[in-house]
Amino acid sequence: MPWQNNGEGGGDSPSGAEGEEPAAKKPENRPVNPWGEGPPRRPMGKPGQSRGGDFDDLIRRSQERLKTQFGGGNGGSGGGFDVGDGRWLVWAGGAIVAAWVVFSSFYSVDAQSAAVVQRFGAYVSTTGPGVHFKLPWPIDAVELRKVEQINIIDISSSEGANENLMLTGDQNIINLAYTVRWKIRNPESFLYELSDPEKTVREVAESAMRAEISRASLNDALGPQRAQIADRVRERMQELLDSYRSGVDVRGVDIKQADPPAAIDGAFKDVSAAQQDAQQYLNRARTYAQALVAKAQGDAAGFDAVYAQYRLAPEVTRKRMYLETMEKVLAKVEKTVVDAPGVAPYLPLPEVRRRAAIAPAEPAPAPAQR
Amino acid sequence: MATLTRNPAILAGLGFALVVLAMSSFYTVPETKQAVVLRLGKPERIVNEYDPKAKLGETGAGLTMKVPFIEDVRFIDKRIMDLDIDAQTVLSTDQLRLVVDAFARFRIVNPQRMVETVGTEQNAADALKRILASKLRNELGKQPFAALLSPERGQLMDEIQSTVNSQAKQYGAEIVDVRIKRADLPSGPPLEAAYARMASARQQEAATIRAQGNKQAQLVQAEADASAARIYADSFGKDPEFYAFYRAMQAYRTTFEDGTATVILGPNNEFLREFEGRKGNR
Repeated sequence: MPWQNNGEGGGDSPSGAEGEEPAAKKPENRPVNPWGEGPPRRPMGKPGQSRGGDFDDLIRRSQERLKTQFGGGNGGSGGGFDVGDGRWLVWAGGAIVAAWVVFSSFYSVDAQSAAVVQRFGAYVSTTGPGVHFKLPWPIDAVELRKVEQINIIDISSSEGANENLMLTGDQNIINLAYTVRWKIRNPESFLYELSDPEKTVREVAESAMRAEISRASLNDALGPQRAQIADRVRERMQELLDSYRSGVDVRGVDIKQADPPAAIDGAFKDVSAAQQDAQQYLNRARTYAQALVAKAQGDAAGFDAVYAQYRLAPEVTRKRMYLETMEKVLAKVEKTVVDAPGVAPYLPLPEVRRRAAIAPAEPAPAPAQR
Repeated sequence: MATLTRNPAILAGLGFALVVLAMSSFYTVPETKQAVVLRLGKPERIVNEYDPKAKLGETGAGLTMKVPFIEDVRFIDKRIMDLDIDAQTVLSTDQLRLVVDAFARFRIVNPQRMVETVGTEQNAADALKRILASKLRNELGKQPFAALLSPERGQLMDEIQSTVNSQAKQYGAEIVDVRIKRADLPSGPPLEAAYARMASARQQEAATIRAQGNKQAQLVQAEADASAARIYADSFGKDPEFYAFYRAMQAYRTTFEDGTATVILGPNNEFLREFEGRKGNR
C-alpha cells in the first residue's frame, strides 16, 4: 500500500519533518473512508501544520536566496552559515515531496485482492492484481479487498446458549449448526452499499435458514432433506444480498449438524433403538422360520424315503422297523417280563434300591406297562 | 533588515490564511456519504444524494466546493444500515407465546428531512426501531401460531415494511427489508411443553416401530409354521396309518433314550411274540 511505501521512504531521508509524515498519512491508513471522518476542519489539524512547515521552508528558502543575492556583504561568516542551512532544508524538503509523490503514485495489489481507487472519495475504478499507477495521495486513495478469499461464517449457537434451536414447520425444535461460505464478488458494491456487510451476511443467513427450516418438517430437516434445505438457503441468501446490492457471492451453505435438542435426545435415540429392536425381532423370526421349514423338509424327506421302501414290502418293513426300534429301546431300559395275562402287582425292588441311593427323597415311579 | 525579518511572518500569515480558506472551501464527499450543506444552520443543498439509478463513478461524490465559513457540511451515511430490533415476545391469537427477533435494513433517502427531524442516523435508527417493534408486536399478535412459522409470514413482513415505510418517510428514511431472524419458543414452560410433546411423539413412534417389528416377526413365524405344516401334511398324508407307526417308532427311540424307565412286558406283547417259541396267529 502506498502509505507503507511512503513510511519507508520517510525513514530513508534524514529530515526534521520525518516525524510529521506518518501522522499526516494516518487517515489514509484507516480501512473505512479516510475522508468521511474529516469535516473540513479536521485536515486543518496535523496535515495543515505539516504543510505549514513546507510553506515556511519555502519562505525561508526565498528569503535565503534574497540574502545571498543582495546582502552578500552583510555579516560574512554568519551569512555563510545561513546559506548552508537553507540549502540543506531545501534539499530535504524537496526529497520528501519527491518521495511522497513517487511512493504514493503507485500501488500493488496481491493476487487475492482487488483495489478500489477513489479520487477525493469518489469512485474511479476497480483494478485487479499487479502494480498500478494512480495520482499521488491525497488525490487518489486505494481500498484493498480480498475478492478471492472465501470467508466462512460459522453459525452453531445463538448467544448465551450452546444450542442453535429453531422451530420447524411441524412446530418441533431442531438444533442446527451450519456454515456459510461467501466471498466478495463486487468490491465497490461491498464497500459502498452496506454499512456492515459481514454482519449483514450473517443475519441474512440466519433469517434464510430459519425461514427454510420453518417450511420443513422435523424429520426432513433431520435427515433426507438437509442438502436441499442448504441449497435453498443459499439461493434465498443470494437473492436477499443481491436485493441489497451487497456485492457478496454466497458460495455455499453447509449444514454441519442437525440434531434434536439435547433435552429430548433420549427419546429420539429410543426411536432408532426401536428400529434396531424391530429388526432384531424380524431376524429372530426368520431364523426360527428357516429352521422350522428346513426341519419339516428334512422330516418329510426322511418319511418319504422310508415310505417308498415301505410301499415295496409293507409287512416286512413294518415288522423290521418295530423290532429294530424295540431292540434299541429295550436295550437301555430296565425290563420285567410278567408271564401272566393281565396286570400283575409288581414291586420293582432293584429299581427302588438304585434310585434311593441316588436321590432318597424321590418317590418311586409308578410302574408302566406297554 | 527589520522589514526582511518581518516579511516572512506576514508571508506565513498570508499563506496560513490561504490554506484555511482553501480548507473551508473544499471538502471531499466519499461514496458512502451524503453531504447536507447547511448555510448558517439551514439545509441549503445535498451533495451525493442517494439515487437508486445512479451508476457508480457518476455519483456526486468527490471534491466539492462550498462557501467558506458560512456553510457547514454534515455527512449522512448513504449505505444500507442495520436495525436490530430487540427480541419481542408475541402472543399469538391461539394464546401461544413466541419470541421474535427481527432485523430491518434501512437507508437514508432524504438526508435533508433526516437532518431537520432527528439530526443523526442514530436517532433515526432509534425512532425506526421503536416504530417497528410496536408494529411487529401488533401485527404478529393478530396471527395464529402456525402462521408465524409459515411461509406466509414473508407476506406479513412485506405488509409491516410498507406500513412502517410511510412513517419512516417522515425521518427521511426508507425501510429496505424487514425480516424475522428468529422465532423461538420462550424458555421455560412453553419450551418444556414443546419438548414433552416431541418426546411423547417419539416414544409413540418407538412403540409403534417395536409393535410393527413384533407383528412382522409373528407373521414370518406363522408363515413358517403354516408351510411346515403343509410340508408335513403333503408328505405324511399319503399314508396316515404308516405315519402313525413311523412317528411312534421315532418317539419311542427318543423317549427311552436316557434309559431310566422300567418296562414291564406282558407275554402277549408283540415284541415277545416269538419269545416263547409259540406258533400262532396274532
